[in-house]
Amino acid sequence: MISTSADVSTIVSAPRDWTAAPEWFAKLQTDAWKEFESEPAPARTDELWRFSSIKNLALDSYQPASEWSEWDPEFLRGRSFGNPAGRLVFVNERLVSSEIFDHQLLDRGVLFLSLERALEEHPELLRDHFMAQPVRLGSRKFAALHKASVRSGSVIFIPPHVEVAQPFEVFHFVGSDRVAVFPHTLVIAEEGSKVTLLENFVSIDESREGFACGVNDLVARPGSNLTYISTQDWSREFVSIQINSTVADRDASVLNLSLNFGGKYSRLESVSRMIGSGARSDMLAISIASGEQEFDQRTLQDHLQPNTTSDLLYKNALNDQARTVFSGLIKVEPGAHRTDAYQKVRNLLLSDEAEANSMPGLEILADDVRCTHGATSGQIEPEELFYLLSRGIPERVAKALVVKGFLNEVVDRLADAALTDHLHEQIAGHLGTLPND
Amino acid sequence: MSTANNTIDINRDIGDFSYEVKHQRDAGVGLDEKTIDYIVDAKEEPDWIREFRKNAYHVFKNKPLPTHWAGNELNEIDFDVIRYYLASGDAPKRSWEDVPEDIKRTFERLGIPESERKFLAGVEAQFDSEAVYSNIKKAVSDQGVIFVGSTEGLKKYPEIFRKWFSKVIPTADNKFSALNSAVFSGGSFIYVPPGVKVKHPLQAYFRINAENFGQFERTLIIADEGSEVMYMEGCTAPKFTTATLHSAVVELVALKGAKIQYVTVQNWSPNVFNLVTKRGLAMEEAEIKWIDCNIGSRLTMKYPGVVLKGRKARGEVISIALAGDGQHQDTGAKMIHAADETTSNIVSKSISVGKGRATYRGMVHVPKHLKGCKNNTECDALLINARSRTDTYPAITVRGTGNATQHEASVSQISAEQIFYMQQRGLSEGQAMSLAVNGFVNDLVRQFPMEYSVELKRLIDLEMEGSVG
Repeated sequence: MISTSADVSTIVSAPRDWTAAPEWFAKLQTDAWKEFESEPAPARTDELWRFSSIKNLALDSYQPASEWSEWDPEFLRGRSFGNPAGRLVFVNERLVSSEIFDHQLLDRGVLFLSLERALEEHPELLRDHFMAQPVRLGSRKFAALHKASVRSGSVIFIPPHVEVAQPFEVFHFVGSDRVAVFPHTLVIAEEGSKVTLLENFVSIDESREGFACGVNDLVARPGSNLTYISTQDWSREFVSIQINSTVADRDASVLNLSLNFGGKYSRLESVSRMIGSGARSDMLAISIASGEQEFDQRTLQDHLQPNTTSDLLYKNALNDQARTVFSGLIKVEPGAHRTDAYQKVRNLLLSDEAEANSMPGLEILADDVRCTHGATSGQIEPEELFYLLSRGIPERVAKALVVKGFLNEVVDRLADAALTDHLHEQIAGHLGTLPND
Repeated sequence: MSTANNTIDINRDIGDFSYEVKHQRDAGVGLDEKTIDYIVDAKEEPDWIREFRKNAYHVFKNKPLPTHWAGNELNEIDFDVIRYYLASGDAPKRSWEDVPEDIKRTFERLGIPESERKFLAGVEAQFDSEAVYSNIKKAVSDQGVIFVGSTEGLKKYPEIFRKWFSKVIPTADNKFSALNSAVFSGGSFIYVPPGVKVKHPLQAYFRINAENFGQFERTLIIADEGSEVMYMEGCTAPKFTTATLHSAVVELVALKGAKIQYVTVQNWSPNVFNLVTKRGLAMEEAEIKWIDCNIGSRLTMKYPGVVLKGRKARGEVISIALAGDGQHQDTGAKMIHAADETTSNIVSKSISVGKGRATYRGMVHVPKHLKGCKNNTECDALLINARSRTDTYPAITVRGTGNATQHEASVSQISAEQIFYMQQRGLSEGQAMSLAVNGFVNDLVRQFPMEYSVELKRLIDLEMEGSVG
């Protein structure tokens, strides 16, 4: 259960070291704090928290992030994409590096800023879009906490018909112990534009505890193309809640891919709303769960207009005593005819004590739709393993190969070869612990 | 779709009538401890049942309605205006000729007995609370099979009855199982001795025929080692203006190697709240199969389950739901794997018509350290008309490497091309629709006993008749 709010107040009542926040924003944060206090804590009987280990949500032991001096650009090695369009790096919520490599983008009106600068220079963007979407999947209390506490993050704005070929990169590093961070991301792709963002959440020290409560809002205007890829690599002592909200307008296409590696308890709430005819949303995720990790994933594919498409594929590889929860809902609102929605979760269990919970759901209130969902849980087929063993591959390696193939399939949905290579490497780098016999 | 604008007019002629019935025993409306004393006294039940009922009453009082996951429709039930016990006061009749004339008329209108009786070993028709008609063919009782009402079962066969009663579905399982435990009357008690294979299906018909009257039958079926039995249950109810509550509890116990099939065709009138708890316990190599078809009622909430307790036990749920205008069929299945090499299969098909809503809820649980467990779940939903609704909410927990589950669901609609094709060949739009729906459920309907599959097809035809203008 969540501790009393008095305990949590230490997280937000600490003196702010950013003075950029205009008055209206400060008021918004004060109001959000009241909302956080009044919202009920998740309870075991709440369907949206079914199967979740809510005992992990005691927040009293975390502190606001203080400055961390041991930042080293070497930390980016192996994590950064080859040649991004720009890069923002935050350490303990402080911006330590802000770069744009393709300067033409600035001339064309592209914005790639820290939240702090955006508040100062483009408050209208935040007035319109900052946490404008409803929180639907259980974490209203945590969304309010984020709103009240946020002090770092990135804002990306792509003007109409501008296509950014290379991805932007944002890194959120955490260095010290028992820190609470609230990373925020806002991407607005205007009509007919195109953009890709790679976001990374990283603990510098594997043994540190911490709490992350992040929100990312993706706004895809008509005909735009938005790709968002997040890599969660917090320490195994971290508790994290990430709330994603995607809005896809007419003929817009959004792809959202989450790679989940770290954390003790990691909850991902992802909502895609198709608000214009012809909108499309691809929701993808892979999780590698080992030790006593728990990945708690809740999704909503909300179809509000006719002729919209959504396609979800979540894959979990589970080892040791790891647990996963997947609860997904395809919702076709009245009048959203000719909706085409697909949802699939696949669990690969690699140990006798791993546990996978799947709740794939459908709510269809329209006619003339095509909706399917599937959930499978199984293990490595003996035949598959035998095939590899008979070719002289040791069992440990063979198993890792099968898992890699299983997970890479999700990443292969991306059209960009350089990106898929980069992500395959990230996955391979985390298979070291899997499977261990 | 070409039919999108047509209102669906469900044909409710079937079962939509009632006759004046004189209830000789009536506990009045509302529920308190006095109601329970009244029931126990009227039924001349032993004291342990009085205690059991009173305990259940308190559990019922204290449990909230499960509206955190179920629909808010449940709030419309006014427990204070319901009659919890009614009986004609007559002892169960042994032969058809002894059944009172006006009650017979009700049954005949439904086309229930005589012709079908030829197919069926025993007929127990429940009219309101008490069994008024109970007959088992000589051949069945000669085999040692017990087939009586629940009251008679608990009085005459306490040593078997008490051993399993309320063991599969504890009183506190949910609010409505607690309610049933407090006020149950009617239902069947069946015991099949070891090795006995009951050739003919046993059958009971249930009816509700009093306004604001809840029916709370309680059925317990025990199939001893290596035995086999099929039980069939069908419901129709006359239509009334205020909602009626039906809340049954059905417990099945299949001991080692036994097989139980439980077939239901539910066609309550569209003002009935049908909130039923059904669960079976399958021991080693035993098999329990629920075949469940829901056509009637205002709201049905029913998730037949099997606890697979012994090695190689097998559970199956075959479910068909048809939700017409104003109806909500909230059905599904639960499979609790509790032993190695247990397998379960769930196949659910639902059809939503007009403003009807069909919901599938499922639970599949495979705990750790089990080996060789398998579950397969398939849910298909068919939508007819732009205002219908369908939901699917399964929950699947799997632990360990020795087990496999798969769940698949799809939602589709009858294509305009299909209808056009059939109309071209001279069928009316209604006939074409009916043919398409029958095609959708055909592979499941075939699993029903012959006379039921005929009845089902006829019911679907009736439902679809008015679905196009």
